[in-house]
Amino acid sequence: MESIIIVLVGILTSVAIYLLLSKNLIRIILGTAILSHAVHLLILTMGGLKSGTVPLLGENAERYSDALPQALILTAIVISFAVTAFSLVLAYRVYQEYGTDRMDELRGSNDEQ
Amino acid sequence: MSNSLVLFMVIPIIVGIILIFFRESPKLQSWFSIGVLIALFGLGLYILQQVQQNGIMRLDFGGWEPPFGILFVADTFALLLSLTTLLVTIICLLYVALSPREQMINYYFYPLVLFLNAGIIGSYMTGDIFNLFVCFEVMLLSSYVLITLGGNRIQLREAMKYVTINIVSSWFFLVGIAFVYGSVGTLNMAHIAERVAASGMDPLLTVVSIVFLTVFSLKAGLLLYVWLPGSYSSTPTVTSALFGALLTKVGVYALFRVFTLIFNEGTVIPTFIAIMAGLTLIGGSLGAVAYTDIRKIAAYNVVIAVGFMLAGLSIGTTLAIEGTIYYILHDMFAKALLFLLIGTMIFLTNKVHIHEMSGLLKNYPVLGWSFFIVTLSLAGIPPFSGFMGKILVMEGALENGSYILLFLSVASSLAVLYSLLRIFSQCFWGETIISAEEQRPLPAMRLMPIIMLASITLALGLGVEVMAPYVQEAASLLDPSTYIDAVLGRK
Repeated sequence: MESIIIVLVGILTSVAIYLLLSKNLIRIILGTAILSHAVHLLILTMGGLKSGTVPLLGENAERYSDALPQALILTAIVISFAVTAFSLVLAYRVYQEYGTDRMDELRGSNDEQ
Repeated sequence: MSNSLVLFMVIPIIVGIILIFFRESPKLQSWFSIGVLIALFGLGLYILQQVQQNGIMRLDFGGWEPPFGILFVADTFALLLSLTTLLVTIICLLYVALSPREQMINYYFYPLVLFLNAGIIGSYMTGDIFNLFVCFEVMLLSSYVLITLGGNRIQLREAMKYVTINIVSSWFFLVGIAFVYGSVGTLNMAHIAERVAASGMDPLLTVVSIVFLTVFSLKAGLLLYVWLPGSYSSTPTVTSALFGALLTKVGVYALFRVFTLIFNEGTVIPTFIAIMAGLTLIGGSLGAVAYTDIRKIAAYNVVIAVGFMLAGLSIGTTLAIEGTIYYILHDMFAKALLFLLIGTMIFLTNKVHIHEMSGLLKNYPVLGWSFFIVTLSLAGIPPFSGFMGKILVMEGALENGSYILLFLSVASSLAVLYSLLRIFSQCFWGETIISAEEQRPLPAMRLMPIIMLASITLALGLGVEVMAPYVQEAASLLDPSTYIDAVLGRK
């Protein structure tokens, strides 16, 4: 189970890196979103999968799953959601200001106004 | 008493949220936020005394004893940095309050600075590696918004690069945390340190430590500083001053904390850090000498300082660590001063290149001499604050036989001196090109924060004896057992 998920994490990461290396702003932002999904899956896998039942009070079982990775992912998802929202707005403003969404047309030194 | 530790993070956040509703009254915003920060500074001084007397203070949230739950740990190192952060922020906010810019004030500048402070101080205080990530993000998200405030086109472009590179480095941070959790099964830094020490540095942990090195190097601008000059030189004066003084230091702090506490075995990491610090010193010096745009020169000076601090960490003797702590404190004040001066120069002349200005000393003597002071201070000339740190780190390098780093440190000091003296001689000396009629008035109120910072850098230089016990206490970083015992409650 873990090895399948790790392969999935690898695929997601490579897709994200491919998107990050493109010149289109929106693709770059989608790349960052997919990148954070990949690492959330990685954290979940690191906590161990299917190792026991749901960690609830009043539950009587031999083993429980580790609840901590889920708490970490919840925090990380919220943060990545906010950052993605911010960067989308930023990309929109850049597009308004420069009339382009291609990174290579945003080059130049700071002296050009 | 230890409950008051939470105030450092909670108060800025609550006050920031309250100030969002007072968008229309900049006066109230500025004095309220400055007042709150001054109160926190006073509280911080009191807690520093307490820690000095009774050892490290700890706050377990919700009563969960370590290693479970999350916690704040206030040791001298974290407190010194937090206090310096508060003081620099107070002075920068004074600068804004005394020379308001409509554009920035109307767009929630003060709340953002308070959130930024909450993130920075949270990063210093937290004793839990995932919380370090969360506080980093609080700080970064505020800095993303601050870097776009003020609204010129260049800023948006630089912000895009800054945001993207920081998202990628945060991703690396999460990967590092995932592997740490998978391999040692805990997130409390002291507990991780204990388990890593027990199991020894196996190959997996070495890889994880290199992942952390990558992350914090990106945040601090150690070797991976490609994003730094562009983003720090495109923002308004105050934002540059805050960023140049505070943001890179959080990365430096994280490097210090993680590599003295957790991954302190083996020679791989110190060698890596030494090489990276050396290259940073070289690259920063080249940039500082090459550019004629004064904002760029200041930004590259930030890079040089980061290289110097990490050279101190890689040398790793008690002397060098003490010197580095002195140097970090000095650098926060001096960098804020440098950026404020440079911003004021640009405000007065509307020019950014050194050969476009001349003879400012005649028109604005106080500004000119303040610039001279910051030049001497950053180059490490006594009686200013840079001297003590540099001399201790260099002594440490001699002790340790790191002659290459020693040479690079001296050479980079010369590069700092050359790059800033070039600004001083080109812009302040010579024939004045501004006639008396065209001269923009520089009100004394605008100079007040600058004079305050200049006197702080002089006071830090003269008051080394006063600072010494605190800095020595902070340098106990090198003995992680104190921290671990304090956190895990074994006396």
